[in-house]
Amino acid sequence: MIAAEFPYWATSIFKLGMALAVVLAPAGLTVYLYLFKMVSFMQSRLGPMEAGPYGSMQLLAEVGKWAQKEDIVPERSDEFVYKAAPYVVLLSTFLLALVVPFGPGAQFVDFDTGIFFALAVSSVSVVGILMAGWASASKYSLMGGLRAAGQLIAYELPLVLAVVGVVIQAGSLNMQDIVTAQTTGEIFGWGAIGNPFIITQFVGFIIFLIAVQAELTQTPFDMPIAESELVSGYMTEYSGFRFLLFFIGEFATANIFAFLASVLFLGGWSVPPFVMDAIPGLAPEVTGLAGALNGTTGAATASFSSWFNLLGPIVMATKMLALTFIVYWVRFTFPRFREDQLQRFAWKVLIPLALINITVTGVLKVVF
Amino acid sequence: MSVLAVIAQESALSDQGAWIANIFFYAIAAVAIMAALKMVTTQNVVHAALYLLVVLTAVAATYIVLGAEFAAVTQALVYLGAVMVLLLFGVMLTRAKIGIETDLDHEQKWMGALVAVVTGAVMGYSLWEAFGDVKLPADQMPQTTQQVSDSIFSTYIVPFEALSVLLLAALIGAVVVARRD
Repeated sequence: MIAAEFPYWATSIFKLGMALAVVLAPAGLTVYLYLFKMVSFMQSRLGPMEAGPYGSMQLLAEVGKWAQKEDIVPERSDEFVYKAAPYVVLLSTFLLALVVPFGPGAQFVDFDTGIFFALAVSSVSVVGILMAGWASASKYSLMGGLRAAGQLIAYELPLVLAVVGVVIQAGSLNMQDIVTAQTTGEIFGWGAIGNPFIITQFVGFIIFLIAVQAELTQTPFDMPIAESELVSGYMTEYSGFRFLLFFIGEFATANIFAFLASVLFLGGWSVPPFVMDAIPGLAPEVTGLAGALNGTTGAATASFSSWFNLLGPIVMATKMLALTFIVYWVRFTFPRFREDQLQRFAWKVLIPLALINITVTGVLKVVF
Repeated sequence: MSVLAVIAQESALSDQGAWIANIFFYAIAAVAIMAALKMVTTQNVVHAALYLLVVLTAVAATYIVLGAEFAAVTQALVYLGAVMVLLLFGVMLTRAKIGIETDLDHEQKWMGALVAVVTGAVMGYSLWEAFGDVKLPADQMPQTTQQVSDSIFSTYIVPFEALSVLLLAALIGAVVVARRD
């Protein structure tokens, strides 16, 4: 067991450093691995090879390049709003990271309403994008900002509705309880792999991934920054460091949403129970499981070994890499939707499907 | 257990905890009041909308200080994520000039200010009179989300369902009004 007591200021500084690491390190990793190397492989080219071995230092070179560039503010723009917009977008990313659990104790804030909080703060980025689009004083930027807002509003609904199915099954909004529910769950009395919600909530999982793709404005949902129509959408006028902030915000948010999806559907930081049973001292002590399984009480509570605080981040990183692989795979494979097709897809396909999923989940929860 | 519950258990009941909570409350209240004043005095529609956003965020922060986690998150989801985005969206589609707009003024503004001051004074006075020296019992804990949902779906199930029917009626009404054919 690892246990130590630290004063409040020490944990706060530690958490601040970890927040930077959680947001920046996965973003850097996935950008190099997928955006630079995987897409090069898919397009039969080498990608960056000069900076460091196999171009692994390319990202540092890019950051250095962007930081050196001139910070241009258009003459007719609204200067304060223009300058503040990238920070609002990045703020939403950091707020999202707050509630992601990486272990039984490795979490910034253990909110009662964890997943609800995450869905609420994810919409803060829309405000930043609208600010950027308006304050740039450019027609392309304004069109891009309006498209982004319309798209994010439309796809936030299926995102929230897809999560409701998971919440009904887990019986809690708390992220730790959702992990516990999947680890201690059973599929018709067989508990070797627990009950990862990707099996029972497969429809919800697919809807969640599609909605995340749209929330991140990644191809095929990249109308807000469609380069053949709008130059670069709401980012058109941004240069230098502020463009870099938008760039970091976009890719870091992709990782955080992948973390959220692994908690909701893939069992989070936990490993399947048969693995835990094989290693002595790793199996959790579970209480209130019977009530949780027949639905009379909320989620079961389990006390996990502290080793999960070290093991959990590795498990989470693995699941995150697998999910972001899908995000980038789709991004580089599909052509762009048309604006009206995008809206129709959200309102006429995804939202009804998510509502049916909720109804079926609710009925099955009562029946079983 | 949530962080707020821990804070409430360990500090809010002591004098030092109450002090810290008060400092946070007054800081948030100051931000909210300043942003509200700027919202009605600013000369730009989009700036007014952004100041309103700050006010609504401050209200959500006040709920956090009071330990009402669920209300705070709902406030953020509904007002920041939906209402304000729609408002900004609408303003930008219709009139979104950059810089000072001169026609954002009204001849009755002093009357409006008077009404606001009187309303604030009356509400503040009545609150002070009614609850000025009431103290919460020492073992009072903030309500958890589970308690809130339990009371919504048992004690208050009929008003809750009636409200959802009302919202559905409003939704259908909006569609009927907005349809052109």
